[in-house]
Amino acid sequence: MAAKKKSAGSAPNGATERDRKTLRKIEELASATLRTVEKADNPAVALRVRALSNVTFNEKKRIIELGDRVQSREFFNTNMARKFMQTFLVANGCRELIQQNKTVTIRQMYYILKHTLKGSSENTFEEQNESDPIIEDVEVAVDALREELHLFANKKGLAAGELVVNDAGDEIDLSRMGRGGWGIPSICEPEVLQFVRSKAKFIMLVEKAAVWSRLNEDGFWKKNECILLTSEGQAARGIRRLLQRLATELKIPVYVLVDNDPWGLYIYSVLKQGSINLAYESMRLAVPGVRFIGMSSFDYKKFKLPDSVVIKLNKEDLARADQMRNYPWFADKKWQNEIKELQKNGFKMEVDSILSKGISFIAEEYIPKKLKDRDYLT
Amino acid sequence: MPKKSPPSPQQLDLLNENPPKRPAAPKKKPSSNGHAHANGSNGAASMNGASHAHEETVVSAPPARRATAETMGSKQRDISVSEFFSKNRHLLGFDNPQKALLTTVKEAVDNSLDACEEAGILPSLSVEIKEMSEGRFRVIIEDNGPGIVKPQIPKIFAKLLYGSKFHRLKQSRGQQGIGISAAGLYGQQTTGKPVVITSKTGKGRPAFRIELRIDTKRNQPDVVKDETVEWDKEHGTRVEINLVAAYRGGRTSVDAYLEQTVVANPHLELSYLGPKMEVPIHYPRVANELPREAQEIKPHPHGVELGMLMSMLSDSGKSTVKQVLMGDFSRVTNGIAEQICKLAGVKPTARAEDLHGEVLDRLHKALGEVKVHAPPSSCIVPIGEALLIEGLKRRFKAEYYVSTTRPPSVYRGNPFAVEVGLAYGGDLPNDEPADVMRFANRVPLQYQPKACAISEAVYDTNWKSYELSQPKGSLPVGPLAIVVHLASVWVPFTSEAKEAVAHYDDLMKELKLAVQECGRKLAAHIRARARAEGEQRRMSLFQRYIPEVAGAIASILGRDKDKVEGSFYKALPNFVNVVAESKAEEEAKAGAPSMPPPPPAEGAPSPSQAPPPAGGAKGKAKVEAKVEAKGKAKAKVEAKGKAKVEAKAVKKVALPVPEKKKAAPVAKAVTPAKKPAAPVKKPTPKKKA
Repeated sequence: MAAKKKSAGSAPNGATERDRKTLRKIEELASATLRTVEKADNPAVALRVRALSNVTFNEKKRIIELGDRVQSREFFNTNMARKFMQTFLVANGCRELIQQNKTVTIRQMYYILKHTLKGSSENTFEEQNESDPIIEDVEVAVDALREELHLFANKKGLAAGELVVNDAGDEIDLSRMGRGGWGIPSICEPEVLQFVRSKAKFIMLVEKAAVWSRLNEDGFWKKNECILLTSEGQAARGIRRLLQRLATELKIPVYVLVDNDPWGLYIYSVLKQGSINLAYESMRLAVPGVRFIGMSSFDYKKFKLPDSVVIKLNKEDLARADQMRNYPWFADKKWQNEIKELQKNGFKMEVDSILSKGISFIAEEYIPKKLKDRDYLT
Repeated sequence: MPKKSPPSPQQLDLLNENPPKRPAAPKKKPSSNGHAHANGSNGAASMNGASHAHEETVVSAPPARRATAETMGSKQRDISVSEFFSKNRHLLGFDNPQKALLTTVKEAVDNSLDACEEAGILPSLSVEIKEMSEGRFRVIIEDNGPGIVKPQIPKIFAKLLYGSKFHRLKQSRGQQGIGISAAGLYGQQTTGKPVVITSKTGKGRPAFRIELRIDTKRNQPDVVKDETVEWDKEHGTRVEINLVAAYRGGRTSVDAYLEQTVVANPHLELSYLGPKMEVPIHYPRVANELPREAQEIKPHPHGVELGMLMSMLSDSGKSTVKQVLMGDFSRVTNGIAEQICKLAGVKPTARAEDLHGEVLDRLHKALGEVKVHAPPSSCIVPIGEALLIEGLKRRFKAEYYVSTTRPPSVYRGNPFAVEVGLAYGGDLPNDEPADVMRFANRVPLQYQPKACAISEAVYDTNWKSYELSQPKGSLPVGPLAIVVHLASVWVPFTSEAKEAVAHYDDLMKELKLAVQECGRKLAAHIRARARAEGEQRRMSLFQRYIPEVAGAIASILGRDKDKVEGSFYKALPNFVNVVAESKAEEEAKAGAPSMPPPPPAEGAPSPSQAPPPAGGAKGKAKVEAKVEAKGKAKAKVEAKGKAKVEAKAVKKVALPVPEKKKAAPVAKAVTPAKKPAAPVKKPTPKKKA
């Protein structure tokens, strides 16, 4: 980032109130640091600790919330100096983006900020996995959301179905997206994305793109008048924000279909009450009412799946399952039973395994039966 | 070289040329003033085949007699020295050609040093070894000692078992082998060449050049040639011996011996020209004072052996027991003498020479039991902490030197003192086991390291707690050299070869304590260095990040980057303990390689000769002050690179570290051991930036 750029609080003309606020916060962070250094003291950035030890499950709201424990990131501390430096590099990078009213991906930000330190072979950031958490730190430090820092991630997740949206001025009919679907952007804030109209009765989110394609080809959303989403693995912020807005704005139920293993359960869990790492955003991202439709460990018997499709649980799976049973949000008896059954079975199943019963079995038998029987967990 | 090394009692007995027929007196030690060859010997008797025959005659068994006393008697005769020597070379240090060379040099050098010290002359020696032809060498040793009066020269160099040092209880080197005459005999036997001695006793006096042979039949010197020559030396002695030998390197080499001798004798100036060298190595003197002269002491009641006691009593003339006890033993007062007599059930007024048999045993036992002060430690002359370090510096280019001299202690009535010196870092190899040098009365012990109490003390020490790696049961690994010196009037060797120190409990304890004490000092230094390096790393880390952080903050706030950076640099000293030293360090590093290796290959006079520390070593404080002064003076004189390094080092010590809270550890880091070694140590000039 060029340091010569004229800066100092001056947001460009036409900057939103939001941008001005973010800029002010970044400036406050910098001037507090400078004041401390000028007193020959050790400057520090206060960061709320983003770890399991500092998150709590709010029983009432049914979401994970970040606690108050604060970590002080000091500059004159060999263990923290590098991260301290990186924090300010990111802060300054975002300051420049806001002033120029441009947006980049977090990967591009990594490249913008990466350079070799003078007189050494050390880089400001060695890998993107070093800059991503720092960006989250800055979000927490200046109390701004990622999009407020003019950063976004790659598109992740697909949508199709009975919904028309307006994305940055373009109206898009999600029932006319062909085989590919609509790529869900990283930022789904109301400023850029509005829902125009929808006659959907519910939302079906599947973990895997392959399952999504299968359902899309079978015209599942048309037959069932719904919106069909896939998170393509663990759900990114974009789709989580989209899901929350759909659920609250359209006021329709959300069903989730994930693999029958601890990881599938975790994907569901993150959608439902948020993640530890982004606990500070749970309010905006979590959808406590989301319904777990499958696959359940009981489906093996219920749908008489063949023995050949099951996969033995490995050590890691079993340990993870134990961990899940201890999460307060899975304390409910029905969840305990579900996880116990998984452990009792000793195997896991992929959603795709349902295809052993027929190519369109999922779209035509499995999901409709579950919906009809109200066979889901929340 | 007026003195001959004393032979050990056994050797003495074995070598005795007197007829073995004499009644074998059960004396293990010779009388304190008697002539060695006047004593009979059961050793020789048992060596002699005839004595074996004697036993047979006693057996009154039926088997037919094979010989009569008369026929056997006719076979009993003197053993010639030559014959004995040929058979027992290994006892005297001439086991093999390589060792023969070492022993020859060693005997001559040890004698020279003892002579110079006794005469009060700062020794300057030159040693030259020439390979005359394949396997044939000429060893030439020249000293600036007092010289030898002409009539004594033949006896000293060509008569075995002639000398002054054996009969007294005094710390001296000469305990190896049977002396220079054995070397001469070895040379004569292997090459047929005579020993050539040149000696001069003072300015204006003539210098004599004498060629000698040993008449091995009679153990008498045989002067082959005797002439007066011109010699520009004021006084001194030169010995030339031709011998069959082998020159090799390694732990047991002549080179190693001389290098180590130089360490233990900082007052020695030595030049050495080995067989394969073109220019002699010159070791300049680093201590311009002689070691204090060792006091001769009388035997201590706790250390006397029965044989020794017997000869003391029998040589006492008309004295009473009490008179002998009080007169010939150290620390025995009137009261203690009476106590001893009472314990032994002996009348104090009894004639000493009349005691025998059981009474004698009782007296000996009483001597061992009586409570009595330890012997005076004035008879012990350690090298001293400061000088040991100077000695180490001659041999090693290290980063840190430290030493410990333990207070004198006693084993079996014999006073002794242990000292340890360590050299660490610098040019010493990083990944090799430590170099251990053992000394007894300043003489290097090069053989049998495994059997030696000194080595055991080093092995048994847990060096891991001193920040060094140490594979199980081995020497510590690291850039370390260890010197252990045992000074005693009577060094207890494990065998007559005098190659390893015996494991006496009291001795072991002191050895270990000395090694540990020194090890702790070293550990303090290593830790301090690690801390300093850690601080250096910390600082460079912050220095790396400051421009980035300051740049970001400056552009966020629209301030001047340099000013923001300046604020950070101003705050920096509060958080690191080394300040602005990276530059000094770099310069030091650049200067270091230009330094000469420890022994300057050319005979060029070394700068360290320059300022002699005046006065005797009375108080430790004085010595310290001197060494410090010297160190500084040295820094001025020496080659620029080095001077720079030292100056920097000194500066570093004195550098006032910012007054803030975290300053304390630094001061500590730079001067870890405030004790004697502190002034001479140089804080690490080499460091990785």
